[in-house]
Formats: sequence, C-alpha cells, structure tokens
Amino acid sequence: MKITKEEVAHVAHLARLEFREEEVENFTLQLNRILEYIDKLNELDTSGVEPMSHPFALGNAFREDMVTASVTEENPLANAPAPRGQFFSVPRVIE
Amino acid sequence: MELCQLTIHELQDKIRSGDTSPSAVLQSVFNRIDRLEADLNSYISVFRQEAFELAAIQDEQVRRGEIAPLTGIPIALKDILCTKGWKTTCGSRILDNFIPPYDATAVDKLRAAGAIFSGKTNMDEFGMGSSTETSFFGVTRNPWNLSRIPGGSSGGSAAAVAAAQCIASIGTDTGGSIRQPAALNGVVGLKPTYGRVSRYGMIAFASSLDQIGPITRDVEDCAIMMNVLAGHDAKDSTSAPREAPDYLSFLGKDITGWTIGIPKEYFIDGIDQEVLATVDRAVATLEKIGARCVEVSLPHTPYCVSVYYIIAPAEASSNLARYDGVRFGYRSAKTPDLVSLYKNSRSEGFGNEVKRRIMIGTYALSSGYYDAYYKKASQVRRLISDDLTHAFKSCDALLTPTTPTPAFGIGEKTADPIQMYLTDIFTITPNLAGIPAISVPAGYSREGLPIGIQFLTPAFEEGRLLQLAQAYEKAAAVGKMTPPGV
Repeated sequence: MKITKEEVAHVAHLARLEFREEEVENFTLQLNRILEYIDKLNELDTSGVEPMSHPFALGNAFREDMVTASVTEENPLANAPAPRGQFFSVPRVIE
Repeated sequence: MELCQLTIHELQDKIRSGDTSPSAVLQSVFNRIDRLEADLNSYISVFRQEAFELAAIQDEQVRRGEIAPLTGIPIALKDILCTKGWKTTCGSRILDNFIPPYDATAVDKLRAAGAIFSGKTNMDEFGMGSSTETSFFGVTRNPWNLSRIPGGSSGGSAAAVAAAQCIASIGTDTGGSIRQPAALNGVVGLKPTYGRVSRYGMIAFASSLDQIGPITRDVEDCAIMMNVLAGHDAKDSTSAPREAPDYLSFLGKDITGWTIGIPKEYFIDGIDQEVLATVDRAVATLEKIGARCVEVSLPHTPYCVSVYYIIAPAEASSNLARYDGVRFGYRSAKTPDLVSLYKNSRSEGFGNEVKRRIMIGTYALSSGYYDAYYKKASQVRRLISDDLTHAFKSCDALLTPTTPTPAFGIGEKTADPIQMYLTDIFTITPNLAGIPAISVPAGYSREGLPIGIQFLTPAFEEGRLLQLAQAYEKAAAVGKMTPPGV
C-alpha cells in the first residue's frame, strides 16, 4: 500500500472534498493502483534532468496598461449562488 | 447527400453560387439533430432560435455579396468554451447553472468569421475522460454503433460531426481529447501547437497541456478552421506571439521525398490487429506517393501515461480549486460553516473521475511527495520531449495509430481507471511536448467502426501537418462511409 485510508482522508481535506466511509475505501484502493502504475517512472534515472513545466520557455507576457471594456458589477454577481446586495455571501467566519 | 453532410468548402461554394442559403443549411442540420439527438446525446444545449435568427440575417448578407469565411456554416462548440449569455457547463453539475459574462476568444473569432453556432456539445466532465461517460449530462453514443462510446473528452463534438448534426465542431485536447474521438468517429481532428490557438475563455483542465482545435470532415476544412482560430491573443499569456500562416496555402502540394518516422515503441501488446493492418496500409499509401517511411525510436514512450497522470491531475487540482460554491456555480444546501460550504459544494458538484484526479493531483503536490511525483514526472516529460526533438532531426513527420483499438463498449472500462487511462497511450506525447498532431480517417474495422491514424510534426508546423494529412487523405481514398441511419 502506497497510501493509507488515513492519508486519503487527509488529502481529501486538503482538496476540500468529503467522502463517505465506503467511498474512502474505494478511493484508497483505486489511488493505490494508480500510484503503483505511476511507479514505473522510478525505473528511470533522471538525475541532472531539468524538469519541464511547460512545452516552451515563455517569457512574461506584458501588455500596455490600457483601460478596455470589462465585466460590469452585475455580471459576476449574476452567477453568484447567494448574492447579497453587491456582495457574495458566505457563512459567518468570525465568531 | 444532404446539405448537412457536406464539407465547409463544399457549402461555401454552394452558398457563394446561390445554390443554397445559410437558412437551408441550418434547417438540414437541425432536421438531423431532431432525428438523431434522442439516440446520440451529442449536445448539452442547442441554440435553435438564435441560430435561425442569424441564418436569416446571413441570407440577406449573402444576397448583398457579404460573405465571410464561415458564413452560413453551422458549428458546434464543446461546452468547455465560454459563450456570453449561454450556459457553459463543462459537463459538470458544479457549472450546471453557469452563464459566462464573456465569450472565449475562439468563439469571438468564429462568430466574426460568420459561423452559426448550433449548440454546445457533450463532454467528459472538465475534459477528464476518454469516453464521454463521465459527463453529468449522460453518455454520448457513437453514431457508428450506439452501444459504443464516441471517445472523449470531446465525444459530443466528434459524434455531432460524424452524424451530420453540425458541419464542423470545436474540441479541446489535453491528452488526446480531440484526436481520439475524431478517430473513433471517422472524422479529422487537429490538436494545434501549444500556444497556437488562444485559450482565453476555455475552462482550464491542465494548463501546460490544454489546446483548442477543430474537428472536421476533411483536411481542407481543418485548414479553413485553423485560418480562423490561429493567432496571438493578448488575453492569453501563453498564446504564442507569432504570425499564423495561411494554412490553405499548404494544401494540394505533394510530399515526394519526405521522410516519415514510425516509432517502434507504439506497436505494443494489446494493440488491435485491424489497427495494425490499417497502419501498414497507410505506410504503403505514403510510399506510393513518394514518401519514405522509416522506423524511429522514441524510447521513453512507455512512460507517457504515468507522466500524464501526474502532471494533468496536479494542474487540475490547482485549476479546480476555484469551484468552491462562493462566487459562481453549484452551492450545497448544507452550509453550517465555510469549510462545510466548500466541501459539500465540491463533493456534491464534482463527479467521481474529477474527484479521483483532484485527489491524485493534491497528493502528488502535497508536502513530502512533490519531488517523488511532480518533479519526477516533469523530468521524464523532458526526456519524452527530447526523444521527439531527436526524431525530427531525421524525419519530416511521424506516423502512429491514433488509438489502440476502435471504439469500445459503453461501460466496458468505467470500473477500472487504469484501463481507461491506457486508451490515451498514443495521443499523450504531443501534449507533453507541445507539438501539433492530427488524426485522419484511415479505414474501418470488420464491424464497420472507424480507425484513425495520427501524424505529428515539430512545433508550429501545422502547415506541414495539414499538407501531409491531405496528401494521405487523397491518396488513401478511404471512402466516405456514413454511419448507419445517418
């Protein structure tokens, strides 16, 4: 086993996901099989190989700081599950 | 042949000559949608009223001689592209009610070129899948055989083109999601070079891999679509700041003297015999028209699925953190506190495959595991990319099968994620290296299912890719079969 049920529960918390008990078991099983498959990479010696995070080396993409049309205040709020006035609302976070 | 079965270039000619009109073409397409959609489920939403209104306006424009490259051409959009004022779900419950406040650049460009959008096509949730079975909106069926999957994740886009429910469509491709469904539906699918087509307004899955591209009935249509889609966009910081050529100018030229590499590592155990025979026939066809086919080696090919299933989930776990039930998308009814709001909204909003990948990605990036997984995968990604650079020193292009088998059965691989992941084995490499690749129809299995072959060229050589693909298409004359009932 590469990953235990407890670790799966911890990773789920990090990812802000919640699983029922039987789902945790199923995920633990599947994640282990996937991680075992991925382990194939350890056959390769990669010491000294520069990691490749993007297909091409891209410089920073600057543009002129010009005012252009953008979304209005109503637009983003139109999709809000619980808008209140001009704001997004969430449960109280400060006691 | 009905209008809905023609290519873009055939319809352009008919519209220009007054032989038909945008409204007539659209009517033909919607007749097909109405007849087949209950069986296929290619679309998540259709834009019937808007499309007919635009077609009526274009009928007048055509009479006045105002004709843009895609005037009167019904195009379907994968439901991953933001469409202002039109629901964009990404195949997910979590975006079931999302109406974007802006258009994706690709949508803008198609609209400006005269395209009429028929609707938004079905897809694996957030692009995560190879069969369109992970969609919240139900599976799409393969028009060639309704018990088979259409491939994925752009399964709806490919099925709609094959079934004449649109003339061409847009897909996106992170590990094969344009090319694999194109192959399984008997149509052409191109994944352009990373950065060639703007991704502004495309809902992100894995940002170092994702690309937008066309799915069409032939290679010429693919070039027509690329002429509209390609180019730099200041709104996408990963967009390549270089001029796009006229892709049509590459067509109709011969490929005499070209060297085509066949990577020997692609001929793995488990590859279907009919797929192998199709590749052999393709080699013979290419040699008949003057190309030289040689065996090459891409020694790190066996590692591509492992690399992909670390990098793509790692990037996805970060990209999908934004779906938290606060600003847009689904919010759970159970929200006693903020953390529960996040957890319940995400757990109820995402499907199992998306959760699985978020979990893999979060684990691979978590403290103590980063070097063992993400860094290791990024290093092997470099080796895979170097293999290609090396192969292109002696080859103009590479030829591979697109998929190990023709379309498999609905439900056949859903229980075992690894079996599903392995169906992408031939299409992942170009995404990892950022190079363009195209799948073109190359034959049919005894059961009458389409088989595709894939060509690869170096970065930004879509012109060369289209030239080769069209030369092959013409010489192979695979024969236009249509799906039964279509």
